[in-house]
Amino acid sequence: MSSLVAVLVDGVAYGMLLFLSAVGLSVTLGLMRFINLAHGAFAMVGAYLAVVVVAAGLPFLLALPLVFVVVGAFGIAIERTAIRHLYRRSALEQVLFSIGLAFALGALANLIFGPQQQAIQTPAWLTGRVALAGLDITSYRLFLIAMGAATAIALIYLFEHTLFGARIRAAVDNRRAAEGIGIQVERLFALTFGLGAALAGLGGALSVEMLGLDPAFALKYLTMLLMVVAIGGAGSIEGSLLAALGLGTIDALFKYLLPEAGGFVIFGLLVAVLLVKPAGLKGRAA
Amino acid sequence: MSALNPASHGGLSKPALPFSPVTPLIFAALIASYFLFPNHLALATQILVLMIFALSYDLLQGHAGIVSLGHAVFLGLGAYGSAILARWGFTDPLLGLAAGASISALVALVLSPIVVRGSDFTRLLVTLGVASLIHEAANRMRDLTGGADGLADFEVAPLLGLFAFDFEGRTAFLYALTVFALVYAALWRVTTSPFGLALRGIRENSRRMPAIGSPVARHLAVSYLLSGAIAGVGGALLAQTSRFASLDMLGFERSAEIVMVVTLGGTGHIAGVSIGAAAFGLVKDALSTVSPRYWQLGLGVVLMASVFLARGGIGGLIERFGRFGRRA
Repeated sequence: MSSLVAVLVDGVAYGMLLFLSAVGLSVTLGLMRFINLAHGAFAMVGAYLAVVVVAAGLPFLLALPLVFVVVGAFGIAIERTAIRHLYRRSALEQVLFSIGLAFALGALANLIFGPQQQAIQTPAWLTGRVALAGLDITSYRLFLIAMGAATAIALIYLFEHTLFGARIRAAVDNRRAAEGIGIQVERLFALTFGLGAALAGLGGALSVEMLGLDPAFALKYLTMLLMVVAIGGAGSIEGSLLAALGLGTIDALFKYLLPEAGGFVIFGLLVAVLLVKPAGLKGRAA
Repeated sequence: MSALNPASHGGLSKPALPFSPVTPLIFAALIASYFLFPNHLALATQILVLMIFALSYDLLQGHAGIVSLGHAVFLGLGAYGSAILARWGFTDPLLGLAAGASISALVALVLSPIVVRGSDFTRLLVTLGVASLIHEAANRMRDLTGGADGLADFEVAPLLGLFAFDFEGRTAFLYALTVFALVYAALWRVTTSPFGLALRGIRENSRRMPAIGSPVARHLAVSYLLSGAIAGVGGALLAQTSRFASLDMLGFERSAEIVMVVTLGGTGHIAGVSIGAAAFGLVKDALSTVSPRYWQLGLGVVLMASVFLARGGIGGLIERFGRFGRRA
């Protein structure tokens, strides 16, 4: 019984990682209608950056905000130079550009760091285990769950209760009217894109400890990220959270109870959800 | 939508000739390569398979306007289908081709209801999800597919009972060339038929086509089925000529690669896509032996640039050159 609960905790921690990495994808897709297959690459950039700065002596907890800011700036730079020209292009052109970006970044990682797995040094208080209600849980898992929950609350607050969030929702619902009342939609989109990239970078930095890191990272987890968005519904933060937690726990449960089924259940679930609710659980009509 | 398909500058008007003047050049080059590079026939055969695969996907993306991130599934299914059949003792190559086409067509038929409906994004996800599902299934069914090791322990009987597959790969090349020619001709016929024109109409304006009474869903389903079957033929050919079927044949990288090949070749332009696939195969072989990492980097950069610069691809260049020639 207690091992089952441990599996569940594992699943929720994995789900939180998925949520952090996927929520930016969901937002850029739902709000800007941009299909960003390079989103996993942003997570990879964050992960490599974290490995490098921690190895250089920066404490893990300081590395996280640094990664957040740098990857966010990187996202804004790419949005300003290239992606903003692609919002009105076809899905195919968006796919081609973003997959090209993912390939190029993966190849650069391979050239700079080599094909081997990277490890990150986490502080001692994160590597131990804690006894919680008679359960023995890795403290890193608890840390992940706390980080994910805090991010979810902050994002929901940002989008539902601040002027920034109201402007974004206005720009999405009616861009012309939003521009007419003086909202600078272009700048808003760039900031939102940067925020999504920053969160992906944070998710990537946090996942090195649990999932490992190599140049194939960007494409390996892309499918999972897209599934979170598809099941949760593009543009919905609550939907992404629900989908990520659901996918994480179901994945962990089946790997524990029925290892033969493997990834099968997850992909089957995706196809089933898309058949019943093509816009996802909480999707806005695209 | 028309910005999506730069190759269709001429709207729905048919070209002046029944086929592009580039077509004889393509086949002349292919036949010449048989005599000029007798030591590289294995590579040439692989490139022919890539060309068939690219043409099959072009029917979907270039003509029907359906973007898929899982088209390699049909290539892989065709490869496994013919390899497994050969392992069971049915080693006739043409039977293998038929089996590859049938199994891919069958899977496409089952999938078409979920692929045909929905927006571009749902299609991308469904094709990607289904591809991951089938990849996982092939990985799990070790007894049937050999899992990660792939299948190599099968024989291929002589073609038509007459021409054995030789060590230099002459039979394999001529076999692949014949299949390519048939696929090329068939696709030319299909895309210039009323059905092909209806597909282009759907691609250009999916709202107006139902209004003029065109059965959009059925047309798209048929094109998906046909495209899957041709990819299955390509896969069977690949397994028979390389004596190997493996998981990477239905993997994501191959699916992504074919989207690039078709786009760089010029979506919707059969000759352009063929040339693009051949060029891609040659450059990939040359560069990936030098340095696979730089190849991937270069590929990524070219892809990003192609969205901004070379709209219309090689096919677009051919059309522009052709118009220039006619005007002069």
